[in-house]
Amino acid sequence: MLVKQLSVFMENRPGRLYKLTHALGQEGIDFVTLSIADTKDFGIVRFIARDNEKAYEILKNAGFTVGITELIGVEVGDRPNALAEVVALMEEANMNIEYLYSFVLTNHNTAKILMRVEDTDRAVQLLESKGIKLLSEKIL
Amino acid sequence: MQQMFSPEIETMSRKEIAQMQLERMKHIVAYAYERVPMYKKRFDAIGLKPEHIKTLKDVELIPYTTKDDLRDNYPFGLFAVPMKQIVRLHASSGTTGKPIVGGYTRKDLDNWSTCIARLLVAAGATDEDIFHVAFGYGLFTGGFGLHYGVEKLGATVVPVSSGNTERQIMLLKDFGATALIATPSYAMYLAETAKKMGVLDELKVRLVCMGAEASTAETHQALQDLLGAFPTENYGLTEVGGPGVSGECREKAGMHINEDMFYPEIVNIEQNKVLKEGEQGELLITTLVKEGMPILRYRTKDITSLTYEPCKCGRTLARMARVVGRTDDMLIIRGVNVFPSQIEGVLMGMKELGKTYEIVVDRVNYMDTIEVRVEVGDANLLTDYGKLEELVAKIKHALRVVLQIDVKVKLVEPFSIKRAEGKVKRVTDLRKK
Repeated sequence: MLVKQLSVFMENRPGRLYKLTHALGQEGIDFVTLSIADTKDFGIVRFIARDNEKAYEILKNAGFTVGITELIGVEVGDRPNALAEVVALMEEANMNIEYLYSFVLTNHNTAKILMRVEDTDRAVQLLESKGIKLLSEKIL
Repeated sequence: MQQMFSPEIETMSRKEIAQMQLERMKHIVAYAYERVPMYKKRFDAIGLKPEHIKTLKDVELIPYTTKDDLRDNYPFGLFAVPMKQIVRLHASSGTTGKPIVGGYTRKDLDNWSTCIARLLVAAGATDEDIFHVAFGYGLFTGGFGLHYGVEKLGATVVPVSSGNTERQIMLLKDFGATALIATPSYAMYLAETAKKMGVLDELKVRLVCMGAEASTAETHQALQDLLGAFPTENYGLTEVGGPGVSGECREKAGMHINEDMFYPEIVNIEQNKVLKEGEQGELLITTLVKEGMPILRYRTKDITSLTYEPCKCGRTLARMARVVGRTDDMLIIRGVNVFPSQIEGVLMGMKELGKTYEIVVDRVNYMDTIEVRVEVGDANLLTDYGKLEELVAKIKHALRVVLQIDVKVKLVEPFSIKRAEGKVKRVTDLRKK
């Protein structure tokens, strides 16, 4: 029920993102998502690839510090307030969302939300009990 | 009791050692005075005669020798024998100006290899070991110095020299080397690279004899964990002949000084005062038997302390603590003395960090700044951003506790800091520009 995401430590200086994306691109790795949180000196690049395991090996061998994180993926209707409803459920249960990103595929009428929470198991239970559609890696 | 290469010397009573040192000291002082014009001039200037040296305490009357003296007398001005008797020359890397040159007679080379053989045996080596020597061969004293020591021990020497790390790892594996000779930073780099190449388990290295730069307990532990080999450190400097002045035994309770060949003192330079056993100060060395280039009371600039207590290993030779810093390396940051080794100690103690770091000192708006850049090696830190910030805060706090000043900490990517294959340069001081 969970979606695997790769996290890579990256210094905030020119050329670094190219090195990462090129290392994967030349091996034919396709990105599904990509997000960068940054501060002044460094950031974490988070992404999901079509082939996460291969991407992990490639980056490891290229000398990157790379980790694997499990995210909860949720599918909601592409309409106002859809995200707020999911967030409200989490808040009621006093569950903290560490970070979240979402995307809409143009040919669908749903939006996909990926989030990282402290207690993944509990969050999955909660959302399922409320009838929220969870994504598996394949659906992405 | 552990194995020794020269048990008759290494277990002498303190009284016998002092007796031998006094005899040799009297001889070398007279020898230097008669044969080296700089020493004659210097003694005459203060009315000192070799015969004034009647006890080891009298050694304090002799002026120090400094690196500048060696530079001023470049290349052969301090040699005590005609060139015909010099069979080998070595020189320091000489990053600034002229290098420091050393000249060796045949007897000097023989004594030198004896010193090395002793420290290798003290580290646990036998004549059945295969030594991979990753020190540079050439003018640098490290390569040839260790090489002939290994031969004297009767072990097998693989004179790989420095460079081409991946090939070195192939040779380590294929030749089945059981002992590695390298700088601590290069030993670490070799181990890291072997791990990356996936061949770490195939290496048979059981001993790592490290020299040419000081290391910390944390580096030793990191190396032992990674390579599964027993690391020891040894000490020496080109000015007094090269490596072989002292080395650690299996107890790792200080480096045993080859006191039959070197006379150590610890001094407080500002107060011009010889310090007592256990007190920390600058190490002075007098070469007791060198024929080619005798050196009296050489200011090593290395900060350490001595103990004369017999060691658990059975040796009675004095031990010097690992060098905590160099008077030259000492950074003064906003009026506070900071040794890079203190920073290394903090960083090596943290498992989340890689083993490579650099220190950048600068002056911004008339204010000293110090920044430590360290590689992030642990993927577990990447689950959320807060962990990285917590790590930065943790490092800053630990440095603050040890150094008493605020240090800027910057996390950088693995392998983004340049690895050195010779002596590693960890500190960049931009204030000097």
